[in-house]
Amino acid sequence: MIREPAAITGIGIVSPIGNDREAHWIAQQKGVHGIAAVERFDASSYASTLAGEVRDLDPAPALGGRLMSSTDWMTQMSLVAAAEAVADSGIAERHEPGRCGVFTASTAGGYEFGQRELQNLWSRGPKYVSAYQSYAWFYAVNTGQISIRHGFKGHSGVVVADAAGALDALASSAAHLHHGNAAMVSGAVDGTLCPWGWVAHVAGGGTTSASDPETAYLPFDPRASGAVVGEGGAHLVLERAADATGRAYALLVGHASGFVRSSQDPTTVLRRVVEAALADADVRPDRIDLVLADGAGTVAADADEAAVLRSVFGPRRVPVTVPKAAVGRLQAGGAALDVAVAALALRDGLTPPTVHSQVDPAHGIDLVTEPRAGSLNSVLVVARGRGGFVSAVVLTSPHHHPEGA
Amino acid sequence: MPVITLDDVKRALVEGAGVDAGVDLERGIATLTFEELGYDSLAVLETGLRLGRENGVEIDDEQLADIETPQDLADAVNQALAEAAVA
Amino acid sequence: MSARQQRRVVVTGVGVVAPGGVGREPFWTQLQEGRTATRRLSNCPPEGFRSQVAAEVDLPADVVATRPDGAVLDRATVFAMVAAREAWDDAAPASHYAAERLGVCLGSAVGATTSLERVYRDMSHEGELWNVVADAPPELYDYFVPSSIAAEVAELVGADGPVSVISTGCTSGIDAVGQAADLIRSGVLDAVVSGATEAPISEITVACFDSIRATSTDNETPERASRPFDATRGGFVLGEGAAVFVLEELTHALDRGATVYAEVVGYGSRCNAHHMTGLRADGAELAEAVTAALDQAQVTAPEIDYVNAHGSGTKQNDLHETAALLRSLGERAREVPISSIKSMVGHSLGAIGSIEIAACLLVLRDGVVPPTANLTTPDPDLPLDYVPNTSRAVAARTVLTTGSGFGGFQSAMVLRTLEVAR
Repeated sequence: MIREPAAITGIGIVSPIGNDREAHWIAQQKGVHGIAAVERFDASSYASTLAGEVRDLDPAPALGGRLMSSTDWMTQMSLVAAAEAVADSGIAERHEPGRCGVFTASTAGGYEFGQRELQNLWSRGPKYVSAYQSYAWFYAVNTGQISIRHGFKGHSGVVVADAAGALDALASSAAHLHHGNAAMVSGAVDGTLCPWGWVAHVAGGGTTSASDPETAYLPFDPRASGAVVGEGGAHLVLERAADATGRAYALLVGHASGFVRSSQDPTTVLRRVVEAALADADVRPDRIDLVLADGAGTVAADADEAAVLRSVFGPRRVPVTVPKAAVGRLQAGGAALDVAVAALALRDGLTPPTVHSQVDPAHGIDLVTEPRAGSLNSVLVVARGRGGFVSAVVLTSPHHHPEGA
Repeated sequence: MPVITLDDVKRALVEGAGVDAGVDLERGIATLTFEELGYDSLAVLETGLRLGRENGVEIDDEQLADIETPQDLADAVNQALAEAAVA
Repeated sequence: MSARQQRRVVVTGVGVVAPGGVGREPFWTQLQEGRTATRRLSNCPPEGFRSQVAAEVDLPADVVATRPDGAVLDRATVFAMVAAREAWDDAAPASHYAAERLGVCLGSAVGATTSLERVYRDMSHEGELWNVVADAPPELYDYFVPSSIAAEVAELVGADGPVSVISTGCTSGIDAVGQAADLIRSGVLDAVVSGATEAPISEITVACFDSIRATSTDNETPERASRPFDATRGGFVLGEGAAVFVLEELTHALDRGATVYAEVVGYGSRCNAHHMTGLRADGAELAEAVTAALDQAQVTAPEIDYVNAHGSGTKQNDLHETAALLRSLGERAREVPISSIKSMVGHSLGAIGSIEIAACLLVLRDGVVPPTANLTTPDPDLPLDYVPNTSRAVAARTVLTTGSGFGGFQSAMVLRTLEVAR
């Protein structure tokens, strides 16, 4: 629930197709993709061999040697994206750091760091475990490190709700803007591209065994064979809309989340969550100009999501896109990146395409597969996590005044 | 005889805790405190862990709490080595 | 006052899994008697570790640790389910709440670490392989992403509303309940099964706290190893456990005739932006969190009848927390009874904040304050009343609990005996 609109005033991105906001956005519009054979380790003997890896990012100059030694790669990416978002928003100049908070989502923490220390422990003994293991692996590490780096002392937090968590983190951040915080850093940057993370992804099912990057992750395509795992994500700075006039990319106006129990039809909960997010935003379905769908990339999950979109909006009544087809599923980072992309789409009046997919006509959705220009006022972002987690948010253009509101 | 030198401390610091740009370990290692060099208590712990492992000793808690400079750390490891030799 | 009726949040069910006592009443009896449950480490072989003491849970033999589909549940998940079932039965909301108005919000700092380590050992051939072999049990994914813990509890109680894990290190157990209360106050939900769980006692956790020398090495006297606020304290004792509550919106709870333990009246949290593990001696940010909680509760410091302290048993925390209480409660800090149950049940990281909330609820119910066990050598730098060794009758109506965690998190919550205006 979003009680008062929250303005997105800063965006920082690290992704498989761009290591800053505009680089990612340009690549996204061009239909560039970042899916390739895993290079971080030898994945050739696993059931899945493709990933969306962040490339050519060297966080060391910005972070310094001490932080590089005490953090996992995903925290390093997170700190880079958070610094970009904070600089973009200018909150450091406008607000006391004591009144800025950090509320991020996580899924598996600093997993590669954890694997290395598990290996040190079991192959060499307890004295070989790093002094930094006590926090470099845990789920709260990015929020803590962002808070320390920027001196932010306001109410902060960390949520874990699989791939849906970033939308919940944004909603909590918006709530804290009304409980005393002047600004929040939210979103998520995530990544577990190490062998020990890889086996967990594969064990969970839903990852593709395809080897051709162009046909591996195909949301809403009849050839869909599963997802490609990626890394990266986005951090977003939120401020009260009233404090951000003229500086906002977009307004966060609605949120809802829910849980699909194993005995339930997923469409029931998904539909309720989408409708609740729209109701919370006070935006009618026919006023939504674009949906950034979750696009799980499995035939069954895509069919469920398409069915819900059809029933809420009508068949082919709203353009649907899955920008993450270009980067893979970034765990908690994926939905944060979707919100960042939605905000940029609202800013520029451009809809980025779903790369590679040819939509299954049976889904009855208008899947955007080529870039589309045209002003956007209201966008819905849907996120689903493994295990039943479902969330949705509604963003509107800061220049848009809904009729009859 | 001291076994551990400041060079050993410097190497363990670099390997375990890293060095930030602008920190001149070459010059500072002998004259500055860990705090002045930008290292927190965990960096000292991590460096002490490394030196202890390499030399098969452990610095005791009380001594560790008093360590302020790289030389203190070298001294603590050397003392632990001397005690281990006696025992 | 706003024209809109302020929604209020009450606790109507309490379930506890703690070292020394599985179940709410055994836990509470143990605390009142001042008995410690710290002992020689046995969840994993203690040999080779600096710290060989722990506060461990002895689960009843009939507890089911597998799902109907055969998946092996992590120990933290099992704790959460046992505590959730007790809380749910205690509150007995039956079918009062539509599934979509019921949510789950649980805290955990390290999730399913124990199971991750167990599977890792096997798949890596005891750390021999970096490229771990490919055939993992399907439940590995559930260990990998710990929102699975909340998912299992949602299945148990039939919740379709928001379900999540809050993971803010050692304040998770306060923050999860704070978040849950916010969800009810804001109208998103009418009831939340909330609390926290942790089962961190395995080799990697013991080793990582060894590395930073945070845990006690009183290996010869484990029952006295956790000594918060004592001049001879030597670090915390790793613990495990869970506490889960049923939180309800007040009018719903009253309408269905529920028994109310207390009202969640205030919650505050801050980051110290200082250090991932260290605390500043002035306690400024914890003090701010306490002040924020008091403000939300519309309670003044003199009204606080009891403080359940973080009291982890490190010198740094003792000084930090004492300073924070003096800063936020002023003179009241010198009079109010303050105790740390970590002296008895150890420090179960993300769970302990909720276990301490459970203690607070029982303080309010029974008018008895549990002691700080093992406090035999007062520290001249710590001038407050830490209720040494013996529980005390206190007709408490308003209580405060505090927590500090890795990552810099500082949290506080105020709970109060329910008063309903007529």
